[in-house]
Amino acid sequence: MKQNYTVQAWLVLILAICYGGALAGMQMKLAPIIAENKINETRQKVPELVLGAENAATKLDIKPETISIDKGNKKISYTVFKAGKDGQTAGWVVKNADQGYAGKIELLIGLNPQTDTITGLFILEQTETPGLGNKIIDWEWRKQFINKKTDKPLVVVKTGAKEPHEIDGITGATISSRSVCNIINTATNDLKGPLGGKQDSTGK
Amino acid sequence: MILRGRWAANRIQQGNKMAEEPTPFERFVQGIVPENPVYRQLLGLCPVLAVTGDMKSAMTMAGAVLFVLFCANVIVSLIRNILKPHLRIVVFTLTIATFVTIVDRFLAAYMYNMSKALGPYIPLIIVNCIIICRCEVCGSKQNVFAAGADAIGQSLGFALALASIAAVREILGTGMFFGVRVLTENWPDWVIMALPPGAFFTFGLLLGAFNWVDSIRSKKDGTG
Repeated sequence: MKQNYTVQAWLVLILAICYGGALAGMQMKLAPIIAENKINETRQKVPELVLGAENAATKLDIKPETISIDKGNKKISYTVFKAGKDGQTAGWVVKNADQGYAGKIELLIGLNPQTDTITGLFILEQTETPGLGNKIIDWEWRKQFINKKTDKPLVVVKTGAKEPHEIDGITGATISSRSVCNIINTATNDLKGPLGGKQDSTGK
Repeated sequence: MILRGRWAANRIQQGNKMAEEPTPFERFVQGIVPENPVYRQLLGLCPVLAVTGDMKSAMTMAGAVLFVLFCANVIVSLIRNILKPHLRIVVFTLTIATFVTIVDRFLAAYMYNMSKALGPYIPLIIVNCIIICRCEVCGSKQNVFAAGADAIGQSLGFALALASIAAVREILGTGMFFGVRVLTENWPDWVIMALPPGAFFTFGLLLGAFNWVDSIRSKKDGTG
């Protein structure tokens, strides 16, 4: 009575099929809820990012768009949320992500309709060091980005920002601070043209 | 054939030993303090060090481990008589991974912020030694009631250990307990306690204290 491995493993195979089925069923039920959680989080943040924290409860028409940009040899796609109020463009929220110190940092950047000023910043996802790098999520740090102009790239400095395009780095987390600035700089630099142009042609 | 023969011999031995194996109640009690998974067995230390920065995430982790350990232990116990010994680790891992995935998706759907805060530590329960150890020690040898009681006892012991460390770290690190302020506003937050070194300090000191109390006790009993 010689048994090959497949016969011996019948229990493993049956269990694998049962577990797989159970997981598939659960995924079918929960996936829409999880996807909705993520979109809700972004949508909830849009008014605050465009109009400021004091107007966070304002209702805006939010239209997601995808904008592709040719950058020499590669194509980059941005997810952009157009926030409209009374038929006019109230501002833009741009999603952009890149490598931070410990992992991916994903940001939502609020821009005014002309895309020349930053109106808000929210950290959607980060895995920076607790107590140091993860201070990028603190409002105290994020608020210095508000009303920064996008004509010049933002620069992180260690000893008190003086120039309008300078940002105070977080002590002990220069790389995290710099990553956030770089992500913003890339996004504003890439999208200033396309979004500003859209504003002129489709705006008021 | 050889393997099957050995397995059969094992089962006969186990049958003889069955009378000496701990009852469900003993299993339950042992898990909490006498055989505490963290302070006694030093198992599952990854979450012990990583998610004890505050009470809320520590208790969510404990809940997740309770669910996974209970389900895995009960299922392994139910199939223990048809389980081939050389395939048991595969079956344990498969079972554990399934329930961890369920917990992970459940948290992402209904406790989205907590799921974001715990990040990779929920999927990492799959490799938590406490669970595979309990499946091996109890689930694959005893009946469903003993396995269930064992799972609950061990999980309570694990929760107790997480709570003891998280309480110290959250109170000293942020002046808060479960997100509610317990120390005065003037408390200078000991940031180091919220950082990874704080986890090592706290765990080391508490483990030392645990052993110290134990050694005093056993001296009094005259067994030490």
